[in-house]
Parts: sequence; structure tokens; C-alpha cells
Amino acid sequence: MNNFAYQQASKAKDATAIVRDDKQAAYIAGGTTLLDLMKANLEQHSQLVDINLLPFKGIEKTNDGLRIGAMERMSDVGEHPLVLQQFPAISESLLLAASPQLRNMASMGGNILQRTRCGYFRDPAFPCNKRVPGSGCPALQGDNHNLAILGTSEACIATSYPGDLSVALVAFDAVLTLENAKGKQRRVPITEFYLLPGTTPQKETVLEPGELIVAITVPAAAYTQRSTYLKVRERSSYAYALASAAVGLEVQNGTIRAARVALGGVGTQPWRSREAEQVLTGAPATEATFRAAAAAALRGAQPREHNRFKVELAQNTLVQALQKVVG
Amino acid sequence: MDIEPAFFETNPKAGSVGQPLDRVDGRAKVTGQAKYSAEYNNLPGLVHAVLKTSDVAKGRIQSIDISLAQKEPGVLAILTHQNLPKLAKTPNDPEGKKAIGAPMGFLPLTSDQVHYAGQPVAIVVADTLERAQHAAALVRVQIAAEKPLASYEDPKAELFDPQKVQDGKTDGHTVRGNPKAAFAAAPVQLTHTYTHAINHHNPMEPGATTAHWEAPDRLTVYESTQGVTRTQKALSNMLGLAAEQVRVVTKYLGGGFGCKGSTWPHTVLTVQAARAVGRPVKLSLTRPQMFTSMGHREDQTQTLKIGATKEGKLLALIHEKTSTTSPWDNYAEPNSRIINLLYNCPAFESTYQLARANVMTSTFMRAPGEAPGSFAIECSMDDLAYQVGLDPLQIRLLNYADKDYSTNKPWSSKSLKQCYARGAELFGWSKRNPKAGQTRDGNLLVGMGMATASYPVHNNQGTARVRLYADGHAVVQTGATDLGTGTYTVMTQVAADALWLTPDKVRFELGDTKLPTAPNSGGSVAAGTVSSSIYMAAQDVWQRLIKMAIQDKKSPLYRAKAADVMVENGRMMLKANKTKGEDYAALMKRNETTDIEGTGNGKYGAGYESGLAAGSADSGHQDDMAGHSMHSFGAHFCEVKVDPALGTVRVTRWVSVHAAGRILNAKTARSQIIGGSIFGIGCALMERTVRDENFARYTNASLADYHIPVSADIPDMQVEFIEEHDPYINAMGVKGIGEISMVGVAAAVANAVYHATGKRVRSLPITPDKILGATPV
Ligand SMILES: Cc1cc2nc3c(=O)[nH]c(=O)nc-3n(C[C@H](O)[C@H](O)[C@H](O)COP(=O)(O)OP(=O)(O)OC[C@H]3O[C@@H](n4cnc5c(N)ncnc54)[C@H](O)[C@@H]3O)c2cc1C
Ligand code: SF4
Repeated sequence: MNNFAYQQASKAKDATAIVRDDKQAAYIAGGTTLLDLMKANLEQHSQLVDINLLPFKGIEKTNDGLRIGAMERMSDVGEHPLVLQQFPAISESLLLAASPQLRNMASMGGNILQRTRCGYFRDPAFPCNKRVPGSGCPALQGDNHNLAILGTSEACIATSYPGDLSVALVAFDAVLTLENAKGKQRRVPITEFYLLPGTTPQKETVLEPGELIVAITVPAAAYTQRSTYLKVRERSSYAYALASAAVGLEVQNGTIRAARVALGGVGTQPWRSREAEQVLTGAPATEATFRAAAAAALRGAQPREHNRFKVELAQNTLVQALQKVVG
Repeated sequence: MDIEPAFFETNPKAGSVGQPLDRVDGRAKVTGQAKYSAEYNNLPGLVHAVLKTSDVAKGRIQSIDISLAQKEPGVLAILTHQNLPKLAKTPNDPEGKKAIGAPMGFLPLTSDQVHYAGQPVAIVVADTLERAQHAAALVRVQIAAEKPLASYEDPKAELFDPQKVQDGKTDGHTVRGNPKAAFAAAPVQLTHTYTHAINHHNPMEPGATTAHWEAPDRLTVYESTQGVTRTQKALSNMLGLAAEQVRVVTKYLGGGFGCKGSTWPHTVLTVQAARAVGRPVKLSLTRPQMFTSMGHREDQTQTLKIGATKEGKLLALIHEKTSTTSPWDNYAEPNSRIINLLYNCPAFESTYQLARANVMTSTFMRAPGEAPGSFAIECSMDDLAYQVGLDPLQIRLLNYADKDYSTNKPWSSKSLKQCYARGAELFGWSKRNPKAGQTRDGNLLVGMGMATASYPVHNNQGTARVRLYADGHAVVQTGATDLGTGTYTVMTQVAADALWLTPDKVRFELGDTKLPTAPNSGGSVAAGTVSSSIYMAAQDVWQRLIKMAIQDKKSPLYRAKAADVMVENGRMMLKANKTKGEDYAALMKRNETTDIEGTGNGKYGAGYESGLAAGSADSGHQDDMAGHSMHSFGAHFCEVKVDPALGTVRVTRWVSVHAAGRILNAKTARSQIIGGSIFGIGCALMERTVRDENFARYTNASLADYHIPVSADIPDMQVEFIEEHDPYINAMGVKGIGEISMVGVAAAVANAVYHATGKRVRSLPITPDKILGATPV
């Protein structure tokens, strides 16, 4: 860990200006991702700008859905009655994540920006294209048990976002409100927020230097209420997903009117599957439909030596999640 | 200045041996008063050390540039192979290794060679931890890297047949009877291969050393170790000091599981750093460093051939193990030991095969040998049961070993049949569907499995000192260590009983080489040896008091024969006439004696005559060791629920019944069995350190990525003990339970998984990919 300066920002403008002007500066919210990265010498920052006092709070009902301030804590959002009742998949994605201690510290904005658990990325002794562009990707020939099978490139096969929340957000078309140093806000659908690794795995999101995540909005629909998040892992708690599925269905008389599907743990980004949604929409809510949707979601998967199991696991996870929401 | 831990507050009630006395050190621990080895922060001028380790697994150090690091404020010293003060002995040659008792025949910072990833290449000392960390990051090490070997599985690895493994303790090849012919002629033949991932001990408290040179020839080390005496021996030999010049203190330990059973390189490097800066130095290993600093359970493959009759009677067992070892040592945990003795089988053969790779030397980890060995034999016995159409419990009873066939000796005691019976009853084994893959709970497959546990009582001895005061309290001392498992508590109980006091009147001290020598707390020997030495020391006190009485004209026992006197409730009296006698306090006061001291030697194989405190100091059966095979036994019963679509396995019910001689404290003993079973469930279902094949470096060296069970993985566990009196093992009749608790656990889980799914997974851990069939098992 290097020496660094620390300051608390009371206005968004102060915070964004510092981070725009100093490429080595970083925001700190809960610090549960950032401090780990700094202690392992994966990121070196000259200064940390504490954004916990910024007024990006609130878990509110809006005209068309839900609005969550970026500074809200995972535990508060996950346990909020509005989220529990009308967006169960989002609540579950938060409460199945990490541990209670971490959820109490961790913010929504920080969650969206957590970084991969790829073991090669996490240890600076290894080469890694994401950490040191051009140095190589040892995971291709090495330990890729936990890594992605969808959206991979020859440069990187990491589940760049390893967590849960964004999988649910991607499924339900959440929109992020971002604010830059000029105080200007823009709205970016979360499905367009994360980038595929391609030849530049170091570039993970469309966030510009200095830009802050201010809020998350999620439109409400029948399928957000009838939704679930299913997470599969080696131990019952306190582990990242081997595979996960966020799904929502609107079913009328046994026919699926609308469907939302996203997968976690298998894509280089939280993986929205419009292919699966297409199969589901208009089809009967039966296991055969679910299986066909799952097959569509995993078509084109490129497994490697140790993560071959994820092709079947992800499909079965998706089928179980769909079965759960139809009840 | 740092002070010794305060006198314990103990529960004055419920004191006697066997009772579930609360931990006497519990309050000190939860209030933060208990001082661990990295918490002696008030030593004058204490500074901090950080290890700089090698990124690569093989190569030669070309240069180390410390110029940047040295300029940082607060940096006091940077030691590398170029300037480490010379040691009197190193483990780099076999003689030195033996004298030191080193677990590894290589000491980093003694040459420019890099042999494993994570090998220390420099130790940096600064006035604060943060400055030391920062400076370490600024040290630039240039290594000419070479392609390393990662394991025995590497096609380039050269397999060899060692004469001995486990540092000379186990033969590389053993034959009993005529196994090859017996197997060839056997009507039922099974051949199966089992593989094990690398496991790491990961105690909660990392390895830590605080070194304080009080004078140029006087060193005190606060060390996170399972044995202060062994550490003293290692350090005094390396430093060229007499043992008395090195004091080692370990008042509290946050777990060890074997990785703290030996003195690893970081300890002496810290001592040398303290010498270099002339101030006390503290080093605490980081969690990632814990994966490359204190050994591990090696990656290994076992092949077990079973020959049996059509009825399921064993005819031959042939065992082969192949595993990875370091460039210098022939270490392999002795899997074959348990396979050789668990059943009545006339023919046995075991062969160990090793390959050198660029890894540090592996070491003993909870139930070394017995844990993986039991996985092989207990899964194969399950296979045999299905093959011949017997219940898994029946096949074990059919082959029950009524003596130790590996040594042809009688057991000192064995209550395994009772463990089976009681375990089966508690578990409801009779309700199990004999067919695999038939029991369901909704979408989940339900399986029930069981396995046998056994662990030897290792040959050991130790000493203790007891000082009884006329005012009715006592101080009891021995240089043992408490891994956190309850040694403080159970020894307080033993002393209280032996002296007829309540536990609150006993102050028990351990963890210091100034105290009487005790063995390493490892191999499950502590409870038996330490309790016996305390018991013997208390008997010595009573013998001295009896002698005082019979020489005291004013005593009712004046001129009685010592052999005619007995003690009960702190009162000495004639065996023939109990009214004739007196209280020890009265005797001591009359003789103006404030206190009286006794010493005791607790020995393996020196069994007890009578169970309780009063009795002769001279315990009989000196030859019991030679005449008997001494083991604890037990049985685990496990229910799992498997989601066949997701590949997840959850343990839903657990029953363990053990027989391990005298149980000193029902509560701490239960905790030990629960802890060991959870340890085993971790090994069965999730624990796995991944060593990259190309870099020979671990890819998951953290507790976020190396999974151990969480509470949600563990059901309510039922634990019972079979009462067992063994007059041969030691003066207290205690066998020890630290390791047997995990023996057979992985097999019980795997057998339950087979019963649930009809799929036999022989590769640990049993992760979802294997259940789904995507990864070869
Ligand atoms: C052991 C462990 C297990 C975990 N398990 C899971 C899990 O199972 N599932 C899961 O989903 N997550 C898991 N996590 C990740 C955890 O959810 C994240 O660490 C947490 O959400 C990050 O939030 P934070 O507020 O602490 O972020 P910080 O660490 O403060 O920040 C993270 C990053 O985001 C930036 N940042 C933070 N807020 C903003 C903002 N508003 N605008 C712009 N940039 C910002 C920071 O500069 C930094 O780069 C785990 C973490 C740990 C340590
Ligand atoms: S998969 Fe990506 S993060 Fe992992 S080593 Fe390769 S480049 Fe780095």
C-alpha cells in the first residue's frame, strides 16, 4: 500500500473536480472493494475522496418505478419494504451477496463498480491484460474454474463484474444517473454501462474520469414484482456465484406475456439474455419452454478446461429460477 | 511493560473432570485481555517487519535494489541473502535440519536461489507497519526466472520411490503377507483412484513472531507456535545459543491445525531482524503469505486395490500414493497407516511415490495421513458393501479388527462397535434405503453415508509442576500450549480434582519455556500427556505431605507407613482406619510450611492404577507401550441433500460418536469433535488451493477465494462419547480427540453423496462441477 491523501467531500462538485484533475485519485464509499485493491497493490491512488457525505440517498417510489441513491447501503436497500415487495429479485441479489458486515458498509454505487475475482488479476505477481494491458492472460491456459463462458475474448475471460446486484439491474433495464465535474448529469442504461473485454479488458465501463454514479432507477412492471434471483455457489453463503439468474415473468393464463432474463457468473459482464426472453415471450410457461430459453441463453458459450460445467449449470440455474417465479 | 495474563476467573462450581466447565480463559479472550504473540505491543522500542516474497517459483536472484526503499522515512533495516547475519546452523544440510528439527531443508535468504513462489527474499523493518509495508513494495528484486514444475502431475515431473517419507518416520514401501497373490486370487476385486486438492490450515491467527533480544546472548520470542520447547530448540540451534538463552512464550494461540507445529523460516528471519536493528521486532504473516509460509497438505493421488471374498471378507489391500514434495525433502503424509490397521485383512502393501516440484515442503495438517487415508479406505469399503450386497455398517462389522493386524498387537482398548451401534441409533441408520439414488426430498436427492474414524495415541511424555498452598490454592505449571481448544480449562479441572480443590482455587500456567517441559500440542497428545503429568505432580505433592505427616510427632499419622495412608477430600488418613488422619492445611500450618511443590512426568504407556486423584505416585504398566496398540475410534454418520441440476451438496444431518478414553470436559470435547467434523466437511466439499500449472503459484490465496464452511453449511451436529476406561495409555487414561474428529469425515460425506446420487466422486473437494459430471472424477 502506498501513502495517500484522504479528504471528505461535502459537495459533489468538489469531489468530481478532484477526481477529474488527478488521474490517480479515487472515490471511496464503503471501501470494501477499494481498500482490498489498494492493500494488494492492484491499484495505487494518490488521494481518496470520501463521498459518503454526498446527498445521493433515498429509496423511493417514482412515477414509473424505483429510485435508489448511489450512497445507499446494500443492506438498507435489500431490506427495504418497497424493494422486497415490488422488486424481489433486486432484494435477493443484495441479501445473497457478501456477508452482513460487508452489506452494511457497501454502497450501491460501489457495488456496481466492484472488480473481478479472477485470481490472476488479484495477484500482481501474475501477468494480466486487465491489470497490465498487453502482459497476457494466464487464465486462458490456467485456472479458469470461476471465469466467464460468454462474451469472452482472447485478451480476457474474466467475469469482470463478479457480483449480484448488477445482474438483477441488467435484467430489469435499470438506468444509472451519472454526474460529471461540470455538474452535468446523463442517464445511461446499465445494459450499456459495462463493456465487453475485446482487446481492451482494462476498460470496464463507460464511466468518464471524475464521473460519479448518483442514482439508479428501475422501471416497475408486472415482471419486476414476479421476479427472483437464484445464486449457485460452492458454499451456502459468503461466496460469489458460480452461476446466477435474475428473472422476471408476466404470465397470463399460462402464457408468458413478457420476460426478463439475466445471468451472472458466466458472462464477462452481467449477461442480459434477449435470446432467452425471445423464446419465453408468447410461449407457454412450461419446463420445455424454460429449457429452450436456457439453451438459447447459452448458445455461443465458449467454455475452457475448468469452466465447462458452467454451460449446464447456468442453464439449470435459469430453469430453476423460472420455475420458481411461475410457482 | 507487558504483563503476564491475569489470574483467571473460573466457575467455582461444577469442577470435576468430565464436567462441562466453561472455558477458564473465555473471559480473557472475549474482553481482549488475552495476549496473542503479535500483541506484545508495549515492548520498549518495538518495530515492525514485513516479508518481501518472490513472485516467481524458480530462478536466481540477480539483484536486489533497496535504494528507493531505504530512503523512506522510518525504515531501519532491509535484510536479504546478501546481508542476513550468519547463523550457526541452517536446515540447508541434513545434519543442520535434524538438529534444528526444521520442517523444511531450506532457509530463504541464505542463497540467491528461488525455489518456490512466495519464498521470502527480503525482510524489511520500519518503525510502523505501514512504513514497512510501503518500503517492502519499493524493494526491487530482479530474478532470472526459469520454468518451474508445479506438481507431480506435470508431464516433466520425475517420479521416484523414496526409502522413507514423512521425514524418515514412515517406510516408503511396506508389505505384510502376500498381497499381490491374494489380490490376484480374490473373487471380488476393486481398484479405485482418489485425488486430493491442496489444503491449507488457515488458522484464524496467522503465524506471528515478536523477537526481543534482552541482551546480546539472551533472546525472548513471543511466538505463535504449538510448541514452545520445539521452537526453543530450533532457534537456539540456529543461533548457536544454549537452550536456556532462548525463552519462548506462547500464552494464547488462535488455532494451528499443524502448521504451527514446526519452526518455519519467518521466525528466525524476524529474530535476525531484531538483532540487526537492536530493538524488539514483530512480524505477522499476511493471509496470502499464510499460503506459502507454514506448509500445507500436499496434492496427492491414491490408488487402492481391494481383494475380497464374495461375502465381503477382505483378502488383500494394496495402496499406492503419489504426491508432490519440495526440492529438498521427502515429505508425504502417511496415508497407509490407517489403511493397514483399520480392518482385519491378512495381506497389505503400501508404496509411496514422490515428485519434486517448485513448492515449499508440505507438512502435517490435522490428522496427517489418517484424513486422506481414511477417505480411500472408507469409500472403497462402501463400494465393497454395495458390490457384495451388504449394508455399509455390516461390511465394517464383518471385517472388524479385533486386534491391530498391522503390528499384531492387542488394542489397549477399542469401543468401535459401541460407536457404530450408538451412532446408527442416534442417526436412524436402519431407516436408510439400501439402494442408492432412491431417496428424494422434492427436487433434492437425499443420501446417507457413514465412515469409521481412528487415530493413534502417539508416544509422548511431558512434565508438570504443582505447588499447593496451605491456604487452599494451587499453582500448576507446564510448558504446554493451548491451541484455543481448551487446554487451560481441562488442565485446571484435572489439577483441581487431583488436589481436592475447586477450579477457582487453581491457577494454571502454560506456554513458556521457563515452565516444565511439555510436548508440542500436536498429534492429539496434549490432553493425555499434560493431564497425566499434572496428575502425577499432584500425587508427588501428596506423597510429600504424607511423608511430612508420618514424621511429625503431632500428626495422628505419626510413624504410619506411607503405603498405609490414603487421601480423600484433602485429608490424609489410614486406609484401615479412616478416622485416624488430618487435613493437609492443618499439617502444613503446624509445620510452618506455606506451600509444597511436586513434579510429575506423564508418559505414554504408563497407565493408571486407580482412576481418581488419590493413589500411588508410582504408576504401573511401564511396559504397556510395547504390549499394546493404542488408538481412539469413532464413527461419523452423515445425511446430505444434493441438487442434481445445480450440483450443490449440503450436509443436513450429522452424528459423530467417539471413544477416546477419558473425556476431560464434555463441553470442550464436543466442541473439538464439531470443529474437526466441520474441518472435514470443508475438505470434502470446498477446500482447495489451486496452484497454477505454468507458474507454480497459487491463484486463490485468500479467505474470500479459498472456501471454508460458513455457519449456513453446517447443520446441528450430534456428538456423543462412549465411556471408555483404558488403563494402559497414560496416568489419566486420556487418548486425545483433536484429530480423530476429522478422520473419515470426507468419506462419510462422499458415501452419502453416492447414496444420494448413485455417483461416486473420488476427487476432493466434491464441488458442483464434479456432481454435474463436467469435471472428471
Ligand atoms: C469478501 C467479499 C465478498 C463479497 N461478496 C460479494 C457477493 O457475493 N456479491 C456481490 O455482489 N458483491 C460481493 N462483494 C463486493 C461488495 O459488494 C463490494 O465490495 C461493495 O458493494 C462495494 O461497495 P463500496 O461502497 O464498499 O465500494 P468502494 O470500495 O468504496 O468503491 C468501489 C469502487 O467504486 C468507486 N465508487 C464507489 N462509489 C462510487 C460512486 N458513487 N460513483 C463513482 N464511483 C464510485 C470507487 O472509487 C471504487 O473504485 C464482496 C466483497 C468482499 C470483500
Ligand atoms: S481473465 Fe482477464 S482478469 Fe483474468 S488474467 Fe486474464 S486478462 Fe486478467
